[in-house]
Amino acid sequence: MDKLRLRFEKTGKAVYISHLDLMRVVQRVFLRAGVPLRYSEGFNPHALISICLPLPVGTVSLCELMDFRVTEDIDLPSLPERLNAVSPAGVRFLECYEPSRKAAGLKWLEIRGDWEYDGRAASQFSAGVEEFFNRGNIPVTRRTKRGEGEFDLAAHMRGFAVEAAEGETLAVRAFVSAQEPTVKPELLPEALRELAPELAPDFARFTRLETYGADMEIFR
Amino acid sequence: MADTLERILPRVQKPARYVGGEYNEIVKDRAQVKLRMAFCFPDTYEIGMSNMGMQILYGAINAEPDIWCERVFAPWGDMAEEMRRNSLPLYALESGDALDKFDALGFSLGYEMAYCTVLDMLDMAGLPVKSADRPELVPLVFAGGTSCCNPEPMADFFDLMVLGEGEEADIEVLRLFQRARDAGWTKGEFLREAAKIGGVYVPSLYEPVYNPDGTLAELRCLDGAPEVVTKRIVSNLDSAYYPTRPVVPSTEIVHDRVNLELFRGCVRGCRFCQAGYVYRPIRARSAGKIVELGREMLENTGCQEATLLSLSSSDYRQLSQVCDGLLDWCEPRSISLSLPSLRADNFSMELMSRLQKVRRGGLTFAPEAGTQRLRDVINKNVTEPELLNTCRIAFEGGWNGIKLYFMLGLPTETDEDVVGIADLAAKVLHVWRESSPNKQRGVRITVSTSCFVPKPHSPFQWEAQVDMAEYRRRVELLRHSITAKNVTYNWHDADTSFIEAALSRGDRRVGGVIEAAWRRGARLEAWSDYFSFKRWLEAFADCGLDPAFYATRERGEDECLPWSRVNMGVRTSLLLRERHRAYEARLSPDCRAECAGCGAAALLERGVKCDG
Ligand code: SF4
Repeated sequence: MDKLRLRFEKTGKAVYISHLDLMRVVQRVFLRAGVPLRYSEGFNPHALISICLPLPVGTVSLCELMDFRVTEDIDLPSLPERLNAVSPAGVRFLECYEPSRKAAGLKWLEIRGDWEYDGRAASQFSAGVEEFFNRGNIPVTRRTKRGEGEFDLAAHMRGFAVEAAEGETLAVRAFVSAQEPTVKPELLPEALRELAPELAPDFARFTRLETYGADMEIFR
Repeated sequence: MADTLERILPRVQKPARYVGGEYNEIVKDRAQVKLRMAFCFPDTYEIGMSNMGMQILYGAINAEPDIWCERVFAPWGDMAEEMRRNSLPLYALESGDALDKFDALGFSLGYEMAYCTVLDMLDMAGLPVKSADRPELVPLVFAGGTSCCNPEPMADFFDLMVLGEGEEADIEVLRLFQRARDAGWTKGEFLREAAKIGGVYVPSLYEPVYNPDGTLAELRCLDGAPEVVTKRIVSNLDSAYYPTRPVVPSTEIVHDRVNLELFRGCVRGCRFCQAGYVYRPIRARSAGKIVELGREMLENTGCQEATLLSLSSSDYRQLSQVCDGLLDWCEPRSISLSLPSLRADNFSMELMSRLQKVRRGGLTFAPEAGTQRLRDVINKNVTEPELLNTCRIAFEGGWNGIKLYFMLGLPTETDEDVVGIADLAAKVLHVWRESSPNKQRGVRITVSTSCFVPKPHSPFQWEAQVDMAEYRRRVELLRHSITAKNVTYNWHDADTSFIEAALSRGDRRVGGVIEAAWRRGARLEAWSDYFSFKRWLEAFADCGLDPAFYATRERGEDECLPWSRVNMGVRTSLLLRERHRAYEARLSPDCRAECAGCGAAALLERGVKCDG
């Protein structure tokens, strides 16, 4: 037992912890729980922890994955409870196991969006929004580290559906590409603002629901 | 509110600092607690969460099961703007409740530049900034912290101020307040009763009377207010409350580490140093206790760094025992231990070598003045040979950077003293040339100067600050005297020091200036991002006051000072003696060599001695 994987949730107040800050938060959780973390060699040793997919600040997740290494065997089934006892609000560990696949195999994310239309009935947007995201081609402007560029959103998302329209909130669901390329859920309402502003919500909240491989099997 | 906040947070920088939820945060049941207090820190989360005083009081007050004390910090500019635009009132991190749900707001006043932020936070809470404009008993708005040792500049805004250490006094105030609230007392009734608690200064019970020349004639006691309010202290640190489960921030703060307090007070008696006088008498925590607390806190936080805090670590008698005890625990766990405030002596260097096994970056020393004469004036007991010897050991031990801190504008300073700073830096460089085993790595010597700010309750409380033009002239003189290219010179602005000086020894009229500055937009003035000198000058002009009257005017020794009703423990006669000795460049022995009978020991419980 050397390389291990933890699945955890990041909800509530914890959604505002940035990716970088989370690394340190988790490291301290391990230290408080007395987990024998393995450190890198060298001048400035750091704990060997890696969070598989950075989560944008503000997004809720029920399916985060994190790889780490230990220096001695630990009891896996009891680990989540041990960690939860010393975790900040909103970080909750679900299970720990020895992974059979590399994190690079994670390809799709199932996401839910709760979109708010201030002072308007969400139901009037259901059909339009659904039609929009099921088009064969959605050319949006995407900002990446390398600059702005056109990006076909349709090629990197699938299964978009409106689940419910309650009051001013529209609940939507979709699969988006998790990496290569990374589609941030925020890109969906951005696409509306750019191409169909009349359908764009005033505020969008997202939740990562589940991780999938390229084969659309649940990724663990 | 939750919904508004949820929409704002993704748009602001570092939102994690506005939500709470950190590990060790204290959450209680609203329905079960009898009193709710908001601990307000008038600066950012990153600064406030690094403050040991806040950690102690947050824990100590929450140790009362039926009082819930929550944290409130000042939002950064972007967040403050969003909150105002969306009519979102200031709220506490633990519950997310707006401050109008609280019985008491307690502010921590550590430095003058935070004054405007207090007003801004009150306003963001929907409260009138002046105590007189809040006629109801609830909420109580009070303050504690070092800056309260001159309570007058902020007197108009607080209902009461707690002088000295708050661990016990704050709770006494809150309990009396709880009684008053439940029995339906008026605010006036409560304040008159609160004034009887030791350490409590009720500004509305003192009326300033001015002379025609603008100086203070007296602070008249009203309604039987005590003639003198004496600060509170904790006598025994080993039995005092200590926060062994501090809140662990989930985002980066300034000092993210376990803070271990060695002792309170300082044996040195540097004449410019307010802290050295106002934190007396000297009380040490035992080595065993510190090691025990340290291990417990490291386990409870998961922090990778611990630091030993005090005004002068080298003067802690059992420093070796503490370091050994902690290193035994820290080393196998890769936890680093840091030790600031060391003196420039051999012993300190040995200790530093043990603490910093691998990394040898920079060392910091504060000779404060460039010549022996001026160091004698300020009673800074460090000699040039000592300093150079320490530097030699450091260079031989592999350090290749030294930072030297000085003040310009100290009383009696001449150009010779200013140039002396450059000479001293040159000598340090020379020592490096002689002693460094590895000259290829180069050396970095940094000289930093700030403008001396005379502070209340120090022997220099009567002194004039040098004016800004003169400070700038001395900076230029020093700049031209430093010729070696390995020596870098940094200097602080004259502007901030001048305003700080005007506020720190201000009277009650300066409160009007603080309010005017805030109305003109001042907040978070300790940040260069926000500080505006022009705005301060306008605020003084708004009130018809001259900042120079407060900053650069020498006070008569018989003048009634705005802090004359405050006793911080040290007798004024001792301050005067030290002032006069300064003019003779005559040293006073430190407390270890000889107790000067400063008066502070009288604050201790019976049977406890000053550890000077
Ligand atoms: S009582 Fe004596 S030893 Fe104690 S702080 Fe005062 S002068 Fe120093």
